[in-house]
Amino acid sequence: MYEFAYHKPSSVADAVKLLSADPEARPIAGGHTLLPALKHRLARPTALVDLSGIAELRGIRREGDKVVIGALARHAEVANSDAVKGAIPALARLAGTIGDVQVRNRGTLGGSVANNDPAADYPAAVLGLGATVVTDRRRIAADDFFTGMFSTALEPGELLVAIEFPIPEKAGYAKMKNPASRYVMTGAFVSRGPQGVRVAINGAGPCVFRQREMEAALAANWSPDAVANIRQSPDGLNSDIHGSAEYRAHLVTVMAKRAVADAG
Amino acid sequence: MNVVTPFEGIGASVRRKEDLRFLSGRGQYTDDLNRPGQAYAWILRSPHPHARIRGIDTGAAAAMPGVLAVFTGKDMAEAGVGGLPCGWQVHNKDGSPMAEPPHPVLALDKVRHVGDPVAVVVAETRAQARDAAEAIAVDYEVLPAAVNMAQALAPGAPQLHEGAPGNLCYDWHIGDKAVVDAAFARAHKVARLELVNNRLIPNAMEPRAAIGEYDRGTGDYTLWTTSQNPHVIRLLMGAYVLHIPESRLRVIAPDVGGGFGSKIYHYAEEAIVTWAAGRLERPVKWTADRSESFVSDAHGRDHVTTAELALDQDGKILGLRVSTLANMGAYLSTFAPCIPTYLYATLLAGVYTTPAIYCEVKAVFTNTVPVDAYRGAGRPEATFLLERLMDVAAMETGIDRIELRRRNFIGSEQFPYQTPVALQYDSGNYHATLDQALKAADWAGFEARRAEARRRGKLRGIGVSTYIEACGIAPSAVVGSLGARAGLYEVGTIRVHPTGSVTVLTGAHSHGQGHETTFAQLVADKLGVPIAQVEVVHGDTGKVPFGMGTYGSRSLAVGGSAMVKAMDKIIAKGKRIAAHLLEASVEDIEFERGEFRVAGTDKKKTLAEISLAAYVPHNYPIEELEPGLEETAFYDPKNFTFPAGCHVAEVEIDPETGRTQVVNFTAVDDVGRVINPMIVEGQVQGGVAQGIGQALLEACVYDENGQLLSGSMMDYTMPRADDLPPVGVATHTTLCTHNPLGVKGCGEVGAIGAPPAVINAVVDALKEYGVRHVEMPATPERIWRIINANRPRMAAE
Ligand SMILES: Cc1cc2nc3c(=O)[nH]c(=O)nc-3n(C[C@H](O)[C@H](O)[C@H](O)COP(=O)(O)OP(=O)(O)OC[C@H]3O[C@@H](n4cnc5c(N)ncnc54)[C@H](O)[C@@H]3O)c2cc1C
Repeated sequence: MYEFAYHKPSSVADAVKLLSADPEARPIAGGHTLLPALKHRLARPTALVDLSGIAELRGIRREGDKVVIGALARHAEVANSDAVKGAIPALARLAGTIGDVQVRNRGTLGGSVANNDPAADYPAAVLGLGATVVTDRRRIAADDFFTGMFSTALEPGELLVAIEFPIPEKAGYAKMKNPASRYVMTGAFVSRGPQGVRVAINGAGPCVFRQREMEAALAANWSPDAVANIRQSPDGLNSDIHGSAEYRAHLVTVMAKRAVADAG
Repeated sequence: MNVVTPFEGIGASVRRKEDLRFLSGRGQYTDDLNRPGQAYAWILRSPHPHARIRGIDTGAAAAMPGVLAVFTGKDMAEAGVGGLPCGWQVHNKDGSPMAEPPHPVLALDKVRHVGDPVAVVVAETRAQARDAAEAIAVDYEVLPAAVNMAQALAPGAPQLHEGAPGNLCYDWHIGDKAVVDAAFARAHKVARLELVNNRLIPNAMEPRAAIGEYDRGTGDYTLWTTSQNPHVIRLLMGAYVLHIPESRLRVIAPDVGGGFGSKIYHYAEEAIVTWAAGRLERPVKWTADRSESFVSDAHGRDHVTTAELALDQDGKILGLRVSTLANMGAYLSTFAPCIPTYLYATLLAGVYTTPAIYCEVKAVFTNTVPVDAYRGAGRPEATFLLERLMDVAAMETGIDRIELRRRNFIGSEQFPYQTPVALQYDSGNYHATLDQALKAADWAGFEARRAEARRRGKLRGIGVSTYIEACGIAPSAVVGSLGARAGLYEVGTIRVHPTGSVTVLTGAHSHGQGHETTFAQLVADKLGVPIAQVEVVHGDTGKVPFGMGTYGSRSLAVGGSAMVKAMDKIIAKGKRIAAHLLEASVEDIEFERGEFRVAGTDKKKTLAEISLAAYVPHNYPIEELEPGLEETAFYDPKNFTFPAGCHVAEVEIDPETGRTQVVNFTAVDDVGRVINPMIVEGQVQGGVAQGIGQALLEACVYDENGQLLSGSMMDYTMPRADDLPPVGVATHTTLCTHNPLGVKGCGEVGAIGAPPAVINAVVDALKEYGVRHVEMPATPERIWRIINANRPRMAAE
């Protein structure tokens, strides 16, 4: 890595101040995405703003018909949280399948969602549950948050503070892992609840997206069979040495079917 | 056997002595070592697969903080540094020698693969060296690249080397073509298969590292390096590259974290740090990061083959005809030329009585990382071809695949058995290993398991491979006649200390194999010394007299045999000392259980008493015997050894995703006498893991521009624990007839036997789709495509 300055603020306000003052500074949460990028010299921030000392970013709690998870919640905390397991078991299960034990004990919800890796798990849950992203300055609906490959609606210097997940009646998740990286090759998060029926597909495209045809079919008939014959077009999907666009398109159907089965 | 401590001798599953050190973090690997005043090297590597170097501007880099020096290929060539030598010369069909283009330590006029070293920066810290390397400006004229073998051989292809027209390294053959063609002419059936043996990236757990040091006071050089054979490195680097006499160069390979072949070779970085240390009079350390390992460690396999098997009416094999393209990569790595020839084509008889075999091999230069031996080295390629072809032949003749194998097995009464491709097998019992494996795997009960899996929506298949391999390499005169530029004996010294403890100095090198335990067991068994009192020293040219190192499953068969010979000399000398002390004649002295005894009496001396007498020779036959008790033996094997066996794999495929899981694996191997069953089991399991990796997971992929797409663990699929089934390991022993221990070798059998067993199981699982072959790795998408392409036809039928 290259040299950088290091700051450890203790409030969101201080962090935002540091980040606004220096456009080349980056927040760091669990570091499990940013540190490898630094080590490979793929990123060259002037400063790292370590979020780990900010209490406001922590915590997982149920607030009425929502579960609110702080940006700094680690994957393992989400996976083991009684609040999450009770209200949205599919989200806890999803968190429990991210990476390996080490990754789950370092990586954070905020870091994953802010990073919006097309092969990440959480974005599917955020979009598939119709969650709301809360930042230091505004609230952003999931549908408006994920704007493209590794890009989000967050402005430079804007901090993701928490995510509010509405509690669904049913939700399920299924994924096919990339055999090498074990990230998501294609996954589907499905839910039925206050946000209607949602099907969010991750891994397959450059950015997590909703599969509207499947949503309509599931709204009419909530069963794996309802999506079994819906074909995803391969146009615009990702293609790499592990899975072509055609294969990923095929997996969209398989994973959606399995996600519905997982939801019950 | 002379076992004093029955639980430590031959056949005991003694826990590995070295593991306390390794498991408690006390291993001393090259990167753990730091020398006073040490500086750090960072190597600038080519980002292009093929480019001419028009110029290199190192000015800015040299002025960066902490930089001690920047060297280019020109600097090293001007200082007289030679190129990296190749240790094996193969000849063309017409008898002319192979093309052997120069392999500069740092690129001179051209770069020929992504990762080719271009310049080195030495600085006070590694980060400073790396920063400065980024400031080196290389003026590249990018050239079109020949990325795969078909491209490289095509007319008008980009030429890598002036001395290798058409990018051909050699066009070699073995066997009598006319006899084979005649066999095909009378064949009842010919089974034909085109297949690829996928290119693999070794990925030892410990990345390569090297520290060079120069002692201004003595003029001596020391190199610490991650090597499987430090004496070979000393020889090659000293004699060919840096021109340092052996007496001034010490090479130490301390604890080494895995090699699998990739740490056999003499690499540029070893010469660079040693030379730079001399220039700068500072120790210089280089450690690869994982990304560098992907583009600088020699890769493995990479064959494209067409094979045909001729059979008569009864399914007896009449002949085998094979044509292979073998990728050498951009340069010849140390032993590259012999892998797809003498370690491959000579194994094509397998365990069968095939009377006529012809194989031709074209070795091809491409703009990729050099390819050399990787666990199994040539033998997995031969075995995959043969065992796949047997299944295809079974399918096409309608003869059961087990029955077809049995009909063609070399019978246990036929040894020694001379194959038509040079090798003479000394022992084996192929029916026995097959029977034992089928029983252990419950082959007979498989159809019930297939039906049960079907009810769960899974396609289940079972596959078998009956393999043989040649290891314990090798008789020096034989390999010399085949082009080796080295002998392949091994050296062992047994040093009995005055109080009877023992130090073993061996030329073999342990980088995961457990030699410190197995070799100590040999001493415990033969000399009756508890293994706690046996020290095994290896990996240091300053301590061990000589050695050829560890590869080709040779450590026990060749290195262990050298130790036995040395121990025989110790016993012979001990008898003479005992005869003197016991006032008996030498002929009457017997040695057993650590004691020298006058036959038929209770007069005896322990080994410790004898060694004390030898080192404190007050009462000693000093006129006729030298004091001391230390013997060295060089052992040159009489033949290769031939481990063989049967592997059975059972797989389940998810037809919706194409994902294949190996659910059962059974290995029954004949590795000769087993010294430590636990270590053998571990070696077989590790080999099977790599074999399953090759079959299902690992693919080295270059894009059409010559960039390595599978250049990190994010894209190169290493097998992980949850990819692997429980592996049932058993042995069935026939003794090697020509070495004193009767041992054959177990290090590579897993990687050799497993891939065809797994792919045969995959093909079996997919049999309703009309599949006759599936290329490795059988990735989910590959399987899904097969299922997808064949489903409509199935539905229409
Ligand atoms: C071996 C390995 C395997 C993995 N496998 C998976 C997997 O299977 N599935 C998966 O989804 N992920 C996987 N990951 C990624 C892991 O989940 C990451 O931890 C996560 O994506 C990023 O979280 P982090 O806290 O580590 O973020 P960091 O690395 O600290 O930051 C990531 C990015 O987000 C920014 N950022 C962080 N926090 C905030 C915030 N509060 N507001 C605004 N911006 C912020 C940072 O500036 C940076 O750009 C894996 C990682 C590793 C190393």
